Amino acid sequence: MSLFDMKLQDIHAKLADKQLKVSELVDEAFARIGQVDTQIGAFLTLAEEQARAEAESLDEQLAAGGERGLLFGLPMGIKDNIVTEGLRTTCASKFLDNYQPIYHATVMEKLKAAQAVTIGKLNMDEFAMGGSNENSAYHPVRNPWSTDHVPGGSSGGSAAAVAAGEVYFALGSDTGGSIRQPAAYCGVVGLKPTYGLISRFGLVAFASSLDQIGPLTKNVEDTAYVLQAIAGHDEKDSTSARVDIPDYVSSLNGDVKGLRLAVPKEYMGEGIQPGVRDAVKAAIARLESMGATVEEVSMPHTDYAIATYYLLASSEASSNLARFDGVRYGVRSDKADSLLEVYHRSRSEGFGSEVKRRIMLGTYALSSGYYDAYYLKAQKVRTLIKQDFDKVFEQYDAILSPTAPTTAFKIGEQVSDPLTMYMNDACTIPVSLAGVPAISVPCGLADGLPVGLQIIGKHFDETMVLRIAHAYEQAGDWADRRPAL
Amino acid sequence: MSISIQDVEHVAKLARLDLTEEEKQTYMQQLNAILQYAEKLNELDTEQVEPTSHVMELVNVMREDESRPSWPIEQVMKNAPDEEEGQFKVPAVLE
Repeated sequence: MSLFDMKLQDIHAKLADKQLKVSELVDEAFARIGQVDTQIGAFLTLAEEQARAEAESLDEQLAAGGERGLLFGLPMGIKDNIVTEGLRTTCASKFLDNYQPIYHATVMEKLKAAQAVTIGKLNMDEFAMGGSNENSAYHPVRNPWSTDHVPGGSSGGSAAAVAAGEVYFALGSDTGGSIRQPAAYCGVVGLKPTYGLISRFGLVAFASSLDQIGPLTKNVEDTAYVLQAIAGHDEKDSTSARVDIPDYVSSLNGDVKGLRLAVPKEYMGEGIQPGVRDAVKAAIARLESMGATVEEVSMPHTDYAIATYYLLASSEASSNLARFDGVRYGVRSDKADSLLEVYHRSRSEGFGSEVKRRIMLGTYALSSGYYDAYYLKAQKVRTLIKQDFDKVFEQYDAILSPTAPTTAFKIGEQVSDPLTMYMNDACTIPVSLAGVPAISVPCGLADGLPVGLQIIGKHFDETMVLRIAHAYEQAGDWADRRPAL
Repeated sequence: MSISIQDVEHVAKLARLDLTEEEKQTYMQQLNAILQYAEKLNELDTEQVEPTSHVMELVNVMREDESRPSWPIEQVMKNAPDEEEGQFKVPAVLE
């Protein structure tokens, strides 16, 4: 058994018993990357020297009898839109090809305090825009279950690296489903926490009212550990929530008896691939047999979520990406003769086509004369979508649905058709608009590719989401399945 | 509502983007398709609905108005494409 298939607690027990060294874990990560990453393409930058030095220092600390942090010695990969001091951060964009952050994102400070080891930076869709990882300016990521297929996006590198055993865990970011959808496609666990639970300081902004950092791991317990390490208020992020952080790991009691779960009929209708529907139905039946009550409900505004999301996210993106002007960091076009040309040419040469498309859509939706018709209208519909969730949560502990309507599609299959691509996020987007937490756990295979079950909770009720996911995972047969690479 | 090539050119100017003729055509078609799809929202009567700009009911976040140390200039300049004497350098703004 690879160390990367072991549970965190078992690894820590081996470290404590001196049967294992952090250096060996880090060696195994780089060996595995050397073995499989030419097929997968999950990494954009490796931090080999830094990681080995850190591992040695952690080994010395352990030998000297020092305390172990929550994530002591675990090799991790970080999505390349989270800034890392001294380690290149590109957002998979040519614009930031040479960008070396001078500070750490708050999550990186926290992971450092928890003593995890950064192995490298993970590939993604450029500026986190996309559902397939084909929009990376460097190279696409391939799904470890079938390298003809996409890994999902935009945290495709993060999901694939975990699924392929290249890192022990990874961080991704989720704006409309960018942690959950790739987790589902790659057969790993992915959590989008409540908006505001994790600091966004140092996350390169895409759509500020939706972006949230979260973990991707192989099992639910590990997700609880990583969340424990990175959750909490941060004065550097004005949208950061002041809430008490519970003990996530101890909430995993394996019990769903008496819980009331809702399945919205809008999430199980047409557009859901039959194999996906069957796997999710079987998962729901399993939770019922474990003592949960499951009832069908209606969330009538679900169908309006995609249009709402693309107007809001693109508007916020056009505003956030205005800071990329070729003056203070990033590339500057060498063809510009005036300041205005610096802006125009640097942006035109630096951004890829999906990023330009969203900037165009957002700029249009915010422009004079169209603001009320598009942006304001979408903000109002967002209220209706949020109310759908509030209503269901008055009576139910959690909501169940497929994570994505289909399994992973083939590379190149949807790339020229943005609207079809946007539909891949139909099950995850409403959750993002409402700001509630949701997890994707593997619940089977359809045509040999993984299917994800999405479990959605109330604001800041991550303990409930994790508890149900963990209970299901323990009862199911899917947690130990790995792609044959 | 439908977007013309002139609209695309106007929006590109606002967004500080230079588009090729081919890009203009592609974005015109794709933006029209996306916005036509967005027309769907007009099926809903939102006259009495308050817009949600933020899912949590946060009020303004303030801190004491006290000076704090900032980054050393050489650090801030580390990623600058062009700099001189601790300042970002750009082409002349005035002719």
